[in-house]
Amino acid sequence: MQYLLALYLDESAWGSMSPEQQQQGSAAYAAYTEALTKAGVYKGGNRLRPSASATTIRTTSGKSQVLDGPFADSKEQLAGYYLIDVADLDAAMLWAGRCPASQHGIVEVRAIWAM
Amino acid sequence: MSILDSNERAHDAAEASARRSYGKLVAFLAARCGDVAAAEDALSEAFAAALADWPVNGTPTNPEAWLLTAARRKLIDAHRRRRPEAGPDALDAIADFDQQPGPHEMPDRRLGLLFTCAHPAIDPGIRAPLMLQAVLGLDAARIASAFLISPTAMGQRLVRAKTKIHLAGIPFRVPERAEMAERLEAVLDAIYAAFAEGWLDAAGTDAGRRDLAEEAIFLGALVVELLPDEPEALGLLALMLYAESRRHARRSPLGEYVPLDEQDVALWDSGLIVRAEAALRRAGTLGSIGRYQLEAAIQSAHVERRRSGAANWPALVGLYDGLVAITGSPVAALNRALAIASMEGPEAGLAALDAVCVDARMVEYQPYWAARAELLSRTGAHSDALHAYDIAIGLERDPSMRQYLDHRRSLLSN
Repeated sequence: MQYLLALYLDESAWGSMSPEQQQQGSAAYAAYTEALTKAGVYKGGNRLRPSASATTIRTTSGKSQVLDGPFADSKEQLAGYYLIDVADLDAAMLWAGRCPASQHGIVEVRAIWAM
Repeated sequence: MSILDSNERAHDAAEASARRSYGKLVAFLAARCGDVAAAEDALSEAFAAALADWPVNGTPTNPEAWLLTAARRKLIDAHRRRRPEAGPDALDAIADFDQQPGPHEMPDRRLGLLFTCAHPAIDPGIRAPLMLQAVLGLDAARIASAFLISPTAMGQRLVRAKTKIHLAGIPFRVPERAEMAERLEAVLDAIYAAFAEGWLDAAGTDAGRRDLAEEAIFLGALVVELLPDEPEALGLLALMLYAESRRHARRSPLGEYVPLDEQDVALWDSGLIVRAEAALRRAGTLGSIGRYQLEAAIQSAHVERRRSGAANWPALVGLYDGLVAITGSPVAALNRALAIASMEGPEAGLAALDAVCVDARMVEYQPYWAARAELLSRTGAHSDALHAYDIAIGLERDPSMRQYLDHRRSLLSN
């Protein structure tokens, strides 16, 4: 079963980290991605640009409303994602728990709707 | 045999099969297809088919096997109806499903189902209702009335939980050794939650709630049967049996509340006590103490009154020390204070109670104020005691409990 791991983080935290801390942070994610790949469960993943650079669009009756900024105005914002292929939710939760984001923020685990 | 007779015989056979096998059949089917709701639906259609078929073709020699085969076919049909365009992979899964071992080899998957119902991804508030429905086949309306929730709301929450199991891919698996303690605790907590709802009906007049205690004991005994070497499972079973043994002593013939230390021990069910003691003793041999064993041991120390004429207060203080250490529960600390009072006098009890009231939850906890009132009245601080009784009475919903507190209060103002 495929699962999306959606990473939600407080973006201000990264900015207030020293360069060394940021390097450690990146290394942690790189190690995590490596582990997923070695285990043969990695299907994709990306870090996203900050939520301030997001744009939303809503279309009603043929008219589009475009707004500057992310969808939700919350402290934690979508910062990245992983796509993994594992046996069941237990396996997905195990991997989600190992993701560095689960220590600094929240990881939401959602099954992919297999067509 | 007339058609009416054979109808009735078939109906009785189906009902008997249902009671004995329901949980096992749901568990086996759900584990195979990963979907509790689909398994329940297929099984209910199988039962309907049985009621149509058995009067005509006779009750089968192995009703459980018949039902399993019928339910499996319904599941495959339902799967095909939902996904007619399904590719080769899906059809392989169905074919594999169809070639499962015969019913005489049907393994008992109820333990896996119980762990699924208490999975961390399932909201704690719905775990007990889910177990009662999936493993025991209780309908939503009956569960709802016991938990004081509207049948519609309960039905919706159960559907949501079962959908979650299916869509999120929650496995039907007995946990590995490493997670067993934590996962088992969730199962036991849910069973105890169901028991506690049944326990609220002290007089046994609310049939729905009284039966819930019996169902919870059944589930507790089932866990012990399927996991015979888990001390906490034995502890929970013992705890429930001890509590249940006192059911008939909890209210006077007039429906008045009778506190534990005034209960007529002759009304305690000694058969249940013997079973409880056996479970607790076995737990003790398995060498790992836990919350439910401690609570059961506390019950055991109270029940000693039937042999020695008094509860074992020193043992109780020690046991409550352990319970407070393990759970940090203010309720345990409260009961510890009362045990200290019985052993060392009301001043010592009040001192222990002062430590408890630091917990903000105690402000609205009737037993805390009732205990406080009781101890204050024993030290002669009557106006403080009256004040505490007033608060306790204001917090209590059960009429017979309120009446009892009223009575204790009135003894002071004379």
